[in-house]
Amino acid sequence: MDRPPGSDVASLGRTRARSSLLLDAWRRLRRDKLAIAGMLLILLFVIAAIFAPLIAPYSPIEQNLLQRRQPPSRQHWMGLDEVGRDVFSRLIFGARASLQVGLLSVSLAILVGSILGALSGYLGGWVDQAIMRVMDILLAFPGLLLAIAVVSILGPGLMNMLYAIGFVSIPVYARIMRASVLAIREQDFVMAARAVGVPEHRMLLRQILPNCLTPIIVAGTLGIATAILDAAGLSFLGLGAQPPMPEWGTMLGEGRGSVFTAPHIVLFPGLAIMLNVLGFNLLGDGLRDALDPRLRM
Amino acid sequence: MTRYVIRRLLLLVPVLVGISMVTFAMLRLIPGDPARIMLGEHATEEAIERFRESAGLNDPIPVQYWRYLQRIAKGDWGRSIARRELVTTELAQRLPATLELSVGAMIVACVVGISAGIVSAYKQNSAFDLVTMIGALVGVSMPVFWLGLLLSYFFGFKLHWLPPSARLTVGIELKTIAEAYNIQLSGQIGAAVMAVLNFLSNLYVFDSIVTANPDALIDSIKHLILPSIALGTIPMSIIARMTRSSLLEVLGMDYIRTARAKGQHERVVLMTHAMKNAFLPIITVIGLQFGGLLAGAILTETIFSWPGMGRLVVERILARDYPTVQGAVLVIALLFVFLNLLVDISYAYLDPRIRYE
Repeated sequence: MDRPPGSDVASLGRTRARSSLLLDAWRRLRRDKLAIAGMLLILLFVIAAIFAPLIAPYSPIEQNLLQRRQPPSRQHWMGLDEVGRDVFSRLIFGARASLQVGLLSVSLAILVGSILGALSGYLGGWVDQAIMRVMDILLAFPGLLLAIAVVSILGPGLMNMLYAIGFVSIPVYARIMRASVLAIREQDFVMAARAVGVPEHRMLLRQILPNCLTPIIVAGTLGIATAILDAAGLSFLGLGAQPPMPEWGTMLGEGRGSVFTAPHIVLFPGLAIMLNVLGFNLLGDGLRDALDPRLRM
Repeated sequence: MTRYVIRRLLLLVPVLVGISMVTFAMLRLIPGDPARIMLGEHATEEAIERFRESAGLNDPIPVQYWRYLQRIAKGDWGRSIARRELVTTELAQRLPATLELSVGAMIVACVVGISAGIVSAYKQNSAFDLVTMIGALVGVSMPVFWLGLLLSYFFGFKLHWLPPSARLTVGIELKTIAEAYNIQLSGQIGAAVMAVLNFLSNLYVFDSIVTANPDALIDSIKHLILPSIALGTIPMSIIARMTRSSLLEVLGMDYIRTARAKGQHERVVLMTHAMKNAFLPIITVIGLQFGGLLAGAILTETIFSWPGMGRLVVERILARDYPTVQGAVLVIALLFVFLNLLVDISYAYLDPRIRYE
């Protein structure tokens, strides 16, 4: 392959800096007890999601109308819901929907947002103006409200909710990406690469993008927490996952009427949402401290 | 300062145009024929065609958008499908409830958040600090609607300390300001004054003070407490963390050591010297959180049967009452933008460096 002279040297320098940055970050992260706790919480839910059929003692959708709203017992650790389904089993399966929406909606937002932000920062001019003004408009709506509006257009459902939540968080990543690109393209190592004749598109992909990753990773981890909360809220309102799918927000919404007679039906799903969100928040905080100590809160 | 405000206002123009485009597009993007949605399932084909013609739905989209802008500016926001009432009338009834709830939540969030943050920073690494910071982490991870359900179950249903839902106990009478003082005005200006009075009367706490009604005042405050705690928890946690970190940074500075060295009373050092500089980032966070409350209100109002904007949006989306949804979304977005503008301007006022960026 015909490579411009010197580009290997430039990329070699980058690789070494990158790996030591990650190593450093990992060393700092390992000492952070709260971040480790967060990782363990996430791991717990990931295991629950992957091995749900093996862990769950009962079917998540099979109804037992004779034992409706039964309180927690030895057979049913978290009791039965308003149509006699095992709450514990539904919680285990519910981890799938929650993680799926959290991870996929944020990935979608990062993908689209990063491309828009990178184009905006790299090209500048009217492209930059146009993209950022559209982002401003999206940011002019409270996130959950815009997500509700999008779902009402697409129709309720797990996938549509996923798109809506992803769509709403695009501006966050676009802004981060644009700011990073603007900051990094002026730095010496990029100038050096340009001076030795590295083509522009390669510069964007190989030099600038990897260096923008840190803030995106941090925002993305914290973004998953927000996405899971929003998804639970939308499902609670009946706009997200549809019954009988086991989803925590939907479980809360369906069990809402039983809160005074059988509080266990709403207690456990809410706890699951909170712990899952807490896990991502703890990890996100830890990552921010580890990757960029200047941003420490 | 004036130049900064003017520039900030000019930047607002494209955003406002964008908001109006989004709300306009909402009605065009929903699946189905807007005319059929407006007239309901049982309308005849002829009636629908007549409606399309009279409402201008057959015109080109840019023409329709221009007409929409004119209507919005004139205050003609259409009629709700569900209630057959003017959308503006419904919004004027619902908005005060949301404002009252948001202010209640913000009072809870600021009072608890700032004091907890100050104590945490002052006693850094103490047991109190640890508990507060873990509490704040749990707080930001809390699903608002779940917390609302639990609060309403424990304090409303189990302990009977506070009412579990609604704004006022049935049977407690609350006169509007116009009723209480027998105000009747006519003419264009008179009607506008009456509308403002009615709007203010829907702020129950305000109304019960103005009309000197202690029973209603106590009752409406009692109804406010649980939803305010539920809605205020997330901003409270964020404010507590911000107060702590901002104060810690300031406390490490030289001028604080100087103040202490000259024998200044510790309380004065903390509250006057340190807090003055620590407050800037706290105020920004408070402003931004206020905007976030509008989203949280959607869920909180649903839990507590609170007749505000958030619940209106959810109810009417499910009822496919799009003119009302359109109006409500517009109002919430405008409010949100206005709050952010206020934050920016007050920040620039407090910190002159911002103005000269």
